Amino acid sequence: MERKKVTIDGNEAAGYVAYHTNEVCAIYPITPSSPMGEWSDQWASEQKKNIWGTIPLVSELQSEGGASGSVHGALQTGALTTTFTASQGLLLMIPNMYKIAGELTATVFHVTARSIAAQALSIFGDHSDVMATRQTGFAMICSNSVQEVMDFALIAQAATLESRIPFLHFFDGFRTSHEVMKIEQLTVEDMRAMIDDELVLAHRKRGLTPDAPVMRGTAQNPDVYFQGRETVNKFYAECPAIVQKQMDKFAGIVGRQYHLFDYVGAPDAERIIILMGSGAEAVDETVQYLINKEEKVGVIKVRLYRPFSIEHFINALPKTTKSIAVLDRTKEPGAGDPLYLDIVNAISEQFNDGVLPFAYPKIVGGRYGLSSKEFTPGMVKAVYDELKKDRPKNHFVIGINEDVMHSSLEYDAAFTVEAPQTFKGKFYGLGADGTVGANKNSIKIIGEGTDNYAQGYFVYDSKKSGSTTTSHLRFGPKELKSTYLIDKANFIASHQQFFLEKMDMLKDAIPGATFLLNTQEPADKVWDTLPEKIQRDLVNKKMKFFIIDAYKVANDTGMGARINTIMQTCFFAISNIFPKEEAIALIKNSVKKTYGAKGEKIVEMNFNAIDQTLANLHEVEVPATVTSKIQFMPYVSGNVPDFVRDVTAVMIAGEGDSLPVSKMPVDGTYPTGTSKFEKRNIALEVPVWDADTCIQCNKCVIVCPHATIRAKIYDESLLANKPETFKAVKFKAKDFGDNLMYSLQVAVEDCTGCGICIDVCPAKNKKEVKLKAINMAEQLPLRETERANWDFFESLPLYDRKKLNPAQVKDSQFLEPLFEFSGACSGCGETPYVKLVSQLFGDRAVIANATGCSSIYGGNLPTTPWSKNAEGRGPAWSNSLFEDNAEFGYGFRLAINKHNEQAKEYLQELSAEIGGELVEELMNAVQTDEVGIYEQRERVAVLKQKLNDYKTTNSASPKSSEVEHLLSLADYLVKKSVWIMGGDGWAYDIGYGGLDHVLASGANVNILVLDTEVYSNTGGQASKSTPMGAVAKFAASGKVMGKKDLGLIAMSYGNVYVAKIAMGANDAQTVRAILEAEAYDGPSLIIAYSHCIAHGINMETAMKNQKAAVDSGHWPLYRYNPLLSAEGKNPFKLESKAPKIPLKDYTYMETRYKMLTKSHPHQAEILMELAQEGVKKKFHYYEQLAALKDDNEEVK
Amino acid sequence: MDLSTTYLGLELKNPLVPSGGPLQKDLKNIKAMEDAGASAVVLWSLFEEQITHEQLELHHHTSVHSESFAEATTYFPEQSEYHVGPEEYLEHIRKAKEAVDIPIIASLNGKSAGGWIDYAQKIEQAGADAIELNIYKMATDSSKTSAEVEKDYIDIVKSVKASVKIPLAVKLHPFFTSITNISKELVEAGADGLVLFNRFYQPDIDLENLEVIPNVLLSTPMAMRLPLRWVAILHGKVKADLAATSGIYTEKDVLKMLMAGANVTMMMSSLLKFGIPHLADVLGKLKFWMEVNEYESVEQMRGSMSYQNVADPSQFERANYMKVLNSYR
Repeated sequence: MERKKVTIDGNEAAGYVAYHTNEVCAIYPITPSSPMGEWSDQWASEQKKNIWGTIPLVSELQSEGGASGSVHGALQTGALTTTFTASQGLLLMIPNMYKIAGELTATVFHVTARSIAAQALSIFGDHSDVMATRQTGFAMICSNSVQEVMDFALIAQAATLESRIPFLHFFDGFRTSHEVMKIEQLTVEDMRAMIDDELVLAHRKRGLTPDAPVMRGTAQNPDVYFQGRETVNKFYAECPAIVQKQMDKFAGIVGRQYHLFDYVGAPDAERIIILMGSGAEAVDETVQYLINKEEKVGVIKVRLYRPFSIEHFINALPKTTKSIAVLDRTKEPGAGDPLYLDIVNAISEQFNDGVLPFAYPKIVGGRYGLSSKEFTPGMVKAVYDELKKDRPKNHFVIGINEDVMHSSLEYDAAFTVEAPQTFKGKFYGLGADGTVGANKNSIKIIGEGTDNYAQGYFVYDSKKSGSTTTSHLRFGPKELKSTYLIDKANFIASHQQFFLEKMDMLKDAIPGATFLLNTQEPADKVWDTLPEKIQRDLVNKKMKFFIIDAYKVANDTGMGARINTIMQTCFFAISNIFPKEEAIALIKNSVKKTYGAKGEKIVEMNFNAIDQTLANLHEVEVPATVTSKIQFMPYVSGNVPDFVRDVTAVMIAGEGDSLPVSKMPVDGTYPTGTSKFEKRNIALEVPVWDADTCIQCNKCVIVCPHATIRAKIYDESLLANKPETFKAVKFKAKDFGDNLMYSLQVAVEDCTGCGICIDVCPAKNKKEVKLKAINMAEQLPLRETERANWDFFESLPLYDRKKLNPAQVKDSQFLEPLFEFSGACSGCGETPYVKLVSQLFGDRAVIANATGCSSIYGGNLPTTPWSKNAEGRGPAWSNSLFEDNAEFGYGFRLAINKHNEQAKEYLQELSAEIGGELVEELMNAVQTDEVGIYEQRERVAVLKQKLNDYKTTNSASPKSSEVEHLLSLADYLVKKSVWIMGGDGWAYDIGYGGLDHVLASGANVNILVLDTEVYSNTGGQASKSTPMGAVAKFAASGKVMGKKDLGLIAMSYGNVYVAKIAMGANDAQTVRAILEAEAYDGPSLIIAYSHCIAHGINMETAMKNQKAAVDSGHWPLYRYNPLLSAEGKNPFKLESKAPKIPLKDYTYMETRYKMLTKSHPHQAEILMELAQEGVKKKFHYYEQLAALKDDNEEVK
Repeated sequence: MDLSTTYLGLELKNPLVPSGGPLQKDLKNIKAMEDAGASAVVLWSLFEEQITHEQLELHHHTSVHSESFAEATTYFPEQSEYHVGPEEYLEHIRKAKEAVDIPIIASLNGKSAGGWIDYAQKIEQAGADAIELNIYKMATDSSKTSAEVEKDYIDIVKSVKASVKIPLAVKLHPFFTSITNISKELVEAGADGLVLFNRFYQPDIDLENLEVIPNVLLSTPMAMRLPLRWVAILHGKVKADLAATSGIYTEKDVLKMLMAGANVTMMMSSLLKFGIPHLADVLGKLKFWMEVNEYESVEQMRGSMSYQNVADPSQFERANYMKVLNSYR
């Protein structure tokens, strides 16, 4: 049968089979598995049916724990049920996995294998997660490629039904889950043929029903639990044969034959590598190459890892086997890695039983590929070479330089096995320019329009603003098994000219390769703008060079900043994969398919761009000699600490793979304040201050999401050596004295150009009202002068924070931000709050950060934004997990309280040595404001001095231990501020139970919920904060339930400080609430409206959305202060007025709501009416709360 | 007494027609207009520019951040279908046609040449009885002559006329140098009727925030003087039906317009202000006045006081204060 060829990624392949062969999908988003659930949800919303003609139910839970619970429940009631997850999500499913397996319940969990957070979180691929479940009783089957993902998803489904053993089907996160490959798509008939309906009926029959009641999940005692546990052995023993049977059946239907252990290599191979996952394909490819060189090598691809069939394994090994390297993509510290141990065990058992068909081989274990670390033919070759040795290194690592314990193998990075006829293209783009989308389309066009094999893989940097993407495209007549990045390309495209300033992108070009550059420079001038190294490669490698001004074409055709279709057209025009006419037709066809639903204008616009591209594409003749003197920009600048120079800068340069283990901190501890060294220069335009128009309100400073616009006041005398263009004016506030100067300075190299500052600036130029006190101007001409101005600005002293009134917005913005230059999205709605907290309390704050956007822009290497002040104080930050952040922060508080208590105990014990008066002052210090904290720090300094003096003069004192302890605890006598931060996914959903518990604890912690009303970091899935009528993933036809009122729930405790804030609506209330929350000696909860790119809004004017949210009544501002209650007053203050605009005037400013009017107009109308009614009722309820009488008052 | 009139070749039971406005977005209101006695209803304008804008906006916001970040390759669920074209408007025409028996006149504001034709055809296919072309082009380009500006209007009318069979009206604004000439030209280009006059959003300045605020004010009774004059002048001069709109509040306003030469009188501000039943009130009073004053039909009075039919047509030409003063003396 001819099957359709599709070019899809691993997630879609797994989702496709899972959706078709199940009735219920209970899921929770986690990278990189989220798209499997999203596909399922989309297919369900498109009314696509499974193989039994029914639409599966897709349900999003509040956590993976919840998802696995629901999976368990649905399985127990007889539905064919699946889930998709990865990493920490899989760990949360472990308890249910034991139950599901213990109850012999058929199911397949599809897992994109991902690193587990250890010394750091990583979203990338390895087997740490799945290996942590190998003891649960789940069978484990591993796919190595996108085709295998589709095939094994089906084989697993068939095998689980027959064996009753639940299956975990896994494949490598990103490398396979996100790799786009041309594969053969299984048909519905294939799936029907593989799934035996009788087994489905049997599964359903085992479901709990009151019509034939039984019970499961009993509690058992020592008398029978053990025996009960052993009942399942028979099923496990039979399982491997069942899987092989299903593999054989699959081969009969589809033609592809798999085995539990597939051997590839020389029939007389002596050196064998054993592994599973995508790396096996790179080994396979290398083996093919090496056996052509007559090397006796082979590879065993482990398909069914659990139950582990020793018999099948031994049979798969060549009888000539002499040495074995077992490669694990996981780490089990302090022991051998798991696959290695299994193989040693298998060989030993066979040997002991006397049935090993060859002499006991040398067996070594090695580790590779953690967190998607590249695994290349050069590394494979090194392993085979190692196996030649008499005593090959055991417990080695490959792919990194492990220079501490010297366990790494050396390898030849230049070794290559790729077929010369394979086309290899690398495309460098910006996230926002659509490069990746275009390349996904291109590989689809090539895959589906030719007989070629085709593969696409896409790499993103870790920044959310100005991120760089690299697309790796391969295609050719030979089957592609290259599961690693391209480092020898015959086509390289730079979709942005400024990349040339910092990227040595032609280093990977092979001789005769083609270079395509998007540039505004004309053909006769472009040569002179290229860096020397780029010119050198073009000349020496005899490359072809093409240019296009894609932004001009985009501008002329209404495409804006999206140059995707234009660059795609160039690629096809240059690469001659298809005749030109055919290529254009194929691109247009693809445009129609991609954008058709969004309207004919979009299609027309793209067609127009395609048509205009060719006329603007020019070949540039490469001169014979290199003329340029331009060098790449340095990756870090300024006076950098050693660590930043030796480690951080290497990572920024994209050379992090070269860092040896010895350069890494042993325990995941990193210095703060590194973002300032990475001058990203991503803004095309930056704000420029007009000092004459400015009213010095500092509103631009408070809203700046990236802390790149700052204000200082300082003595006029300090301007003596100012740079020529540095601007300063008299400070207008009279109560600060007459001699102060005011400067507003922009860090143009750190600015993302979001423009929020300009939108909120209230001062307009009286002669030309389109100008404000800050206006956008091109960055490049300003870069040099403003760099000097910024350095000078930085050298000016900060104003004494003791003399400022932080409750005033203006004053608060003279405080130094200790959160700066984050990689958050340009115009981020969360970071202004985070930055404000850092300004107000950063020098005494410890921050627990839930996993999510804020932990990524706050903690993703190479550089991080949390920083410290001149005294070396600043926020100490950590991220534990997604689900436990409130508890994690609560732990901080417990420790700090204990340290403080203990310090006080030592103070009293050492009262005589220290002096009673100082002890008294230290014990009873009032630290409610900056002055109080400053004075206490002074006292602690005196205390430390005294203790150190005491140590010197009384070295043999019996109290020396107490003195040492007090010295280590003394700083805890100064107030510490515990902040627990995270998004709504954490606070409303996965972490809600813990958050609730911490609120109930009465502990002095400050919880800041950065509420974007959607899972932002994982791509816009609905949370319980998502409002009614908003569209989100898993709420494609609009969320039908209203938003959970977290604030109201917290208020019900009575002793929790609660505030709802929106900086864009009322910055003064925001500042007041944050100050009060921190001052309150108990739990505080601040719910902060955070606009987000996932809202589909214009980020530049997003503060207007915040205002509209408040004006419409959707986001009422309030403060609930239990201290007022203690005074007999009403603790609840409603601080926004009754709704003054209809809800839809706010909601329809945002695509998340408006798109529903276009996709489901009737539903939109109904939901918006209900939502409006809800807003009215809720506001009325708040009004009533606000009107509650004080203890001594009549009812208002 | 015969209140019937014809407009754009449509036989109407009376000359009261609600002009395009927000009320018509609700089918219930269209039904209420019919019940109140309206003889036809004009819908609000389908704006090609708005449709284009909405498509671009949706596309931009749902795709601009996609494929930028490893954890989130998209931020919105894919939808298999979007109603981003004129479908909603066309569906409204269909539903309005089903809901009422009176003619439904659609209104169109195009942007591109293709757009005018395409949307006019779609409107025709949806069942509209006629199309009102809501053409306006602010002549802010100082290099463009009056003749060039006018040619754009004429070209649009010609191209739409050539592509649909249902009658066309053109809603004019009063800022042409020669209203009579452009009217004649438009009629020659294919307009079956002229609607006098279009009312635009007018800019205002917000002194507090130093911003320009465009808005539209409800027309006041005084506003009818402008169309009154031009209906009277054009009556008999152009071979097209005339619709008078702006400032029509009472039966007296209707009578005046009819006498000046209007085939129909269109009202919206008064309905927005007093509610749809106001139309029934005006209709009742119109009948009463005609009875008291012994008029047999609308036809009888139409144009009876037009430029051609009054004793002193120069009254319609007087345009400034001095002449009025002189006449007083």
